[in-house]
Amino acid sequence: MTESTSASRAGEPLLVIDDLVVEYPAKGFRKQPFRALKGVSIDIKAGECVGLVGESGSGKTTLGRAVLGLAPVTGGSVRFKGQEIGHLSRKARRALSDEIQVVFQDPYSSLNPSLTIEQTLAEPLRVKKMSAADSSKRVRKLLDQVGLPSDAADRLPREFSGGQRQRIAIARALALSPELIVCDEPVSALDLSTQARVLDLFKDIQEETGVAYLFVSHDLAVVRHLSHRVAVMYHGEIVEYGDGDKVTSDPDHPYTQRLLLAAPVPDPIRQEQRRADRRRLLESQREMELQAGAV
Amino acid sequence: MSESAMTSNPPVAAEVRAARSHLARRMLKNPTGLAAIIVLALIILLAILADVLAPMDPSVANINDVLAPPSALHPLGGDSAGRDVLSRLLFATRFSIAGALWAVLIAAVIGVTSGLIAGYYQKWFETVSVWIISVIQALPGIVVLLAARAVVGPSLWLIMAVFGLILSPAFYRLTYTAVVGVRNELFVDAARVAGVGDVSIIGRHILSVVRAPIIIQAALLAGIGIAVQAGLDFLGLGDAKLVTWGQMLSDAFSRMYQAPTLLIWPSLAMALTSVALVLFGNALRDELERAAGKPKRRRRGVAAVAPKVATEKPVTHAEAQGDARSTLLEVKDLVVGYDQPDGSLKQVVNGVSLMVRKGEVHGLIGESGSGKTQTAWSILRLLPAGGRIVAGSVVFDGKDLAGLSERDMVKLRGRRISYIPQEPMSNLDPSFTIGSQLVEPMVVTLGISKAEAKQRALDLLGRVGLPDPQKTFSSYPHEVSGGQAQRVLIAGAVSCEADLIIADEPTTALDVTVQAEILELLRDLQNDLGVSILIVTHNFGVVADLCDRVSVMQNGLIVETGPARAIFADPQHPYTKALFEAILEDGAARGPLAHSADRNTVTVRSTVTEKSAR
Repeated sequence: MTESTSASRAGEPLLVIDDLVVEYPAKGFRKQPFRALKGVSIDIKAGECVGLVGESGSGKTTLGRAVLGLAPVTGGSVRFKGQEIGHLSRKARRALSDEIQVVFQDPYSSLNPSLTIEQTLAEPLRVKKMSAADSSKRVRKLLDQVGLPSDAADRLPREFSGGQRQRIAIARALALSPELIVCDEPVSALDLSTQARVLDLFKDIQEETGVAYLFVSHDLAVVRHLSHRVAVMYHGEIVEYGDGDKVTSDPDHPYTQRLLLAAPVPDPIRQEQRRADRRRLLESQREMELQAGAV
Repeated sequence: MSESAMTSNPPVAAEVRAARSHLARRMLKNPTGLAAIIVLALIILLAILADVLAPMDPSVANINDVLAPPSALHPLGGDSAGRDVLSRLLFATRFSIAGALWAVLIAAVIGVTSGLIAGYYQKWFETVSVWIISVIQALPGIVVLLAARAVVGPSLWLIMAVFGLILSPAFYRLTYTAVVGVRNELFVDAARVAGVGDVSIIGRHILSVVRAPIIIQAALLAGIGIAVQAGLDFLGLGDAKLVTWGQMLSDAFSRMYQAPTLLIWPSLAMALTSVALVLFGNALRDELERAAGKPKRRRRGVAAVAPKVATEKPVTHAEAQGDARSTLLEVKDLVVGYDQPDGSLKQVVNGVSLMVRKGEVHGLIGESGSGKTQTAWSILRLLPAGGRIVAGSVVFDGKDLAGLSERDMVKLRGRRISYIPQEPMSNLDPSFTIGSQLVEPMVVTLGISKAEAKQRALDLLGRVGLPDPQKTFSSYPHEVSGGQAQRVLIAGAVSCEADLIIADEPTTALDVTVQAEILELLRDLQNDLGVSILIVTHNFGVVADLCDRVSVMQNGLIVETGPARAIFADPQHPYTKALFEAILEDGAARGPLAHSADRNTVTVRSTVTEKSAR
């Protein structure tokens, strides 16, 4: 019994979020705070990619920010390697920087326009008191890892395209070899072909380094491509959570079903089919709702 | 199709970078800026070197030189006490400038520091500091200064320090606003996640953004500082032991009728300094605001750069069956370009030919920078400033729009060709109700009465699937969701019975479930009204859902065109093929995680569940 408890402690996933509540205070006196997350539970194992799908306002970005310590945790817990990180002080939070990192959606505003790529990439290294020579070496290696030429180091962000900037953002996230990277819609602002290549980069890096991802996206196809498991968020709650293939191809929850059939397939013939399926699904869900209301 | 191909032209990027990173150099190239800098530098130099340059001690009075005219010994003459005016002017420059700078320094230290802290941390510090700042601003400055003078005595430095405090709200507000604008930028969040401390973040990421506006503000406030300081001295409230411009003025004023020229020198010095400071601030602001040079209009008589029209023909798929529908819009060899600051032309569309038949939905698909939106805008003749149709024709219903006057074009837009934009929210005016924004165009273009137009608008709002047309009609744009706003804009686009709707990424900003509804709506309306639609998009799903025919764009050219089904079934051009390969839909799923640590967890968990089940 004791053995199994300790084993389960040792085997506890990398990140465990339990009944997490996040509330943003409303402006104005005695206004009800806005509850962005209403009790969310999710876990991520080492080396795993968990996809988080939802539409705007579903709370998916808030969940990512809560893990990063950028959103106010009102209730529940966020445990990273068994340590509670939901209410850390700024200082304690800073110490976590070599374990949890982030790649944001907007490759334009996520890089300081007035700093060169090297300055941006070296920032986390400098914080960890790495020497200038070592950090310069590390920066070249990072650039190489994300497929950028090493002369990129001396240039400014504005000289790069969206896809290249996102590679720089990924390099920054990798700088301290973290164990978990929160990816907040990292490919949504990118063109189709760039998107595919950046996703492959994410996959390669994961296979190489064993880093875990919390991958937030509104696009089921993107999440399906990269995620081992997928969670679907709706109105601040997780409505479906499970195997990536199952959730993205044969979901159980009515909302996920609607979401899946709403995305148009890039094939006119099959899209016609999907349109009919969607109409049927909406019809049947409406009927069920009516019946539920009648009862 | 490498990523580097998608960056803007390297020389342009380098140019922009050079322009931005060398603000100081640009200031020196700006004639106003350069003049202001030279004048200010001279004045400061004179102030510093007053000891060396002054021919005599400014406080030594010689009874023989009272109101002496200019002479070799006294180039500017003597004042009412027989002191050398030139020497006094030089020393006055030193103390007046120092006093003003002292006040600005105090103001900047208090204002910028508190602004940074309040903007970055907010919470209680923000609340308290806003109260204090508001109180300071509410106090009448001159009265406070007079009161302070009574308390601290006639000390230039103490008085100017008090004045600095009175000026500090200007810096506070400026810094606070700038910091609030930057603190939520993602790069600040990224730095926090990277473990960078707050002090470092403020110093590195935030101060760099607010630096330039602070310099501008400081220049303007220094001018005010000089004026106020002179005012106090003029009133005789200053330190009698120090010579300043204000004191010289006061002295000259008392002898205005005997020696009017005495007034000139201090006045001139003050005016010159203040004007230089203001011009310096203005020039700096201009240089900051101007990211790139204004495009030069091509001068008449100068030969136009010959447009480069690509000759490659797109891969064209045969029609499945003969399409008998007549042509509504025919674009031929369209070239669109933007005039550059150096007089050259940057081409963004390089010879596009495309045809839209009556009642057809034509998809224009491509990645960012392919020129698809530029093509759509040039059909509407709504290119942004600097852009123009360089060559080619846009024949709409027998008329070439490329050569039409702006007046005729206005008649056509809305009436015959309408537009659905990408960002529904930013295309509705927040200060008018949705109803009035629908009614007005109808009254203008259809010439119907307001009541009729209102009825029509209500019908349309119902038609586009809004649950409560009356309520939406009287709402303001911020009261409806993005999907609803797009429905409103679609209602607007069909309200004047246009023959062609140009839809620029109409669903890109919407959630996928809302997108499905909007696509459904567009299809229904198109069926009912038989209108032609040219839809610009980057999403192959949208094309598959809606379009009869597709044109694929790359680098300002159409590379492949034909019936949608034919292209989807058998793409020919390498670029189209590459795009199709990049599509993720229906790709294999990643599958469950399989590595040792994970297997451990799974087994442990299953034993636990078994145990608890027993």
